[in-house]
Amino acid sequence: MEQRNNKTEAANENYLELRGINKAFQDCQASQDVSFGVEKGRLVALLGPSGSGKTTILRIIAGLETADSGEIRIDGKDVSDVPASKRGVGFVFQNYALFRYKTVYDNIAFGLKVNKWKTKDIRERVNELISLIGLEGLEKRYPNQLSGGQRQRVAFARALAPNPELLLLDEPFAAIDAKVRQELRAWLREMINKVGVTSIFVTHDQDEAIEVADEIIITNAGRIEQIGSPMEIYRNPDTAFVAEFMGHPTRIDNIGSFSGFGQLGSEYHAVIRPENVSISKEGETLRYEISTEEGIVERVLFRGREIDLWVRIHGILVQGMRKIEEAPVQEGEKVRVFIYRAYVFSEDQKVQIVGNSLINTEETVII
Amino acid sequence: MKEKKRKKKRVIPGFGLSLGIVTAMLGLIVVIPLCTLVIYSAQLSFADFISTVTRPRVLSSYAVSFRTAFVAAVIDAVMGTILAWVLVRYEFPGKEIMNGIIELPFALPTAVAGISLTHLTTTNGWVGSFFNRFGIKIAYTTTGITVALVFIGIPFVVRSVQPVLESLDPQFEEAANILGASSGQTLRHVILPEIFPALIAGFTTSFARGLGEYGSVVFIAGNTPYKTEIAPLMIMSELQEYDYASATSIALVMLLAAFAILFINAVVQSRASRIVSGIA
Repeated sequence: MEQRNNKTEAANENYLELRGINKAFQDCQASQDVSFGVEKGRLVALLGPSGSGKTTILRIIAGLETADSGEIRIDGKDVSDVPASKRGVGFVFQNYALFRYKTVYDNIAFGLKVNKWKTKDIRERVNELISLIGLEGLEKRYPNQLSGGQRQRVAFARALAPNPELLLLDEPFAAIDAKVRQELRAWLREMINKVGVTSIFVTHDQDEAIEVADEIIITNAGRIEQIGSPMEIYRNPDTAFVAEFMGHPTRIDNIGSFSGFGQLGSEYHAVIRPENVSISKEGETLRYEISTEEGIVERVLFRGREIDLWVRIHGILVQGMRKIEEAPVQEGEKVRVFIYRAYVFSEDQKVQIVGNSLINTEETVII
Repeated sequence: MKEKKRKKKRVIPGFGLSLGIVTAMLGLIVVIPLCTLVIYSAQLSFADFISTVTRPRVLSSYAVSFRTAFVAAVIDAVMGTILAWVLVRYEFPGKEIMNGIIELPFALPTAVAGISLTHLTTTNGWVGSFFNRFGIKIAYTTTGITVALVFIGIPFVVRSVQPVLESLDPQFEEAANILGASSGQTLRHVILPEIFPALIAGFTTSFARGLGEYGSVVFIAGNTPYKTEIAPLMIMSELQEYDYASATSIALVMLLAAFAILFINAVVQSRASRIVSGIA
């Protein structure tokens, strides 16, 4: 009876549900009390530095690893004891793992053949997928006769062929060069929306996660740090780890010593991002001049769209930027730095956003 | 002109020297002896040559040789693959010793292998007496020849399949598994195609080796004319009668057969490497 209750409850809420997953490899704790849910049709990114346990989570969901404890529910059913071949999950491997001795057609058809589809249905489905991924005419090629991007598309089609309800992608763009990666991100997002399959992908690239995902799950050392939309994660990091992971952060150990943050005690640390900093040359008019810090420019890097600057203030190298249109800044030049806001945390690691005391609080809410 | 000069420069030096050494070695060890085969055979007229190599006793020796070598190679292919699989995939005590023992048939003088196998499989031997109860005779039959050839040929298969299995990315199996394939389907459709070229290489070399094997077979075969005489034995007996021309004629036929087998192997290998290296 209780089982049934759970079932309807889960179906109403999350398509995929992980509860208290633990997994250890020898003496390395790969997953520690991992719990999250994914709604049907969502595209979720597992984002974290390498070794943070994100791939392990993905492999546990797929059934390629068995969790030491915890529960996995797909569509309300507990699948902890269901083997990978029966979970109905699609998986795209980092290196695609395309069968080298099979043609594009046979690779995509594989999942259908082993599930005893009729030859006519297989042909129909494979042709449909080949035109979906835009590789018409390459059916007879072998994987090694394809480019990286084409291989990724084939791997995607192969995983989708048996109509999985859940698609898992392990670092789907890692093996592709930068230019093609950009195109493929947009392509993958479009494809997943078109097919409407619930998807989870693993990445260590925050730009990728922000651009592609509806929702981001941040992992660190086997734990989940924060779950939220890309904007939430970026703007309101919960923990010191997330604050230090997202964007191009500069860590400041004693934020209280900075002008405008004097109200904070010396136990507070903070992270500031280039977009929270304004850098002005001597003589440029400033709105909040009394609350600036003086610094020396140590490095100037032309980025094309903007100019990145590293300024030494109180012995700390703070990253900021200036527009191309603004007067150029030289290395070694004295500049004035104004910090709009900082992500402040103390020992408990909980992050609060603190605006420069000179600006009233309403203004700080708007970035 | 300039183009030509640039082409001559190679990244790895010593091409001329090493190719020279290789050609000289090949000539001394392989080509010249093989040519003498042809020259000796040429002492016979074509009609004599044909009648020599198609004598009923010789023909039946070919049949025995091919049949036993083929069956042995098939058994080697199956058993060798399983052996390689076990050595690569599982950890167990004594694995290192087992791995080391694989090459024993290479190191052992083949006559030693032949004598000990004969002892074991005669109707009085440990193994032979057991099978004898069911009316199966091993020593002095073609079964015995096959047993000896299996023993001789198995390292070829193990040592060609083992490295391929070792380098086989487990992701291939995981991918097949997630797509719903059973372990049997994964083995047949994913692992087998990957190891197939190596398996064929192992199969053809052990087959070719089986055709030429003499030392271990003569003891266990019993050498009954028309029944358990192998082709190499026919060559030996011609030699003992100082009929070099006949001996080399039979040898020439065996040589052509070996070439054919190795050619098939080469075709399979080049097709496989074309698929894997991605050159259309």
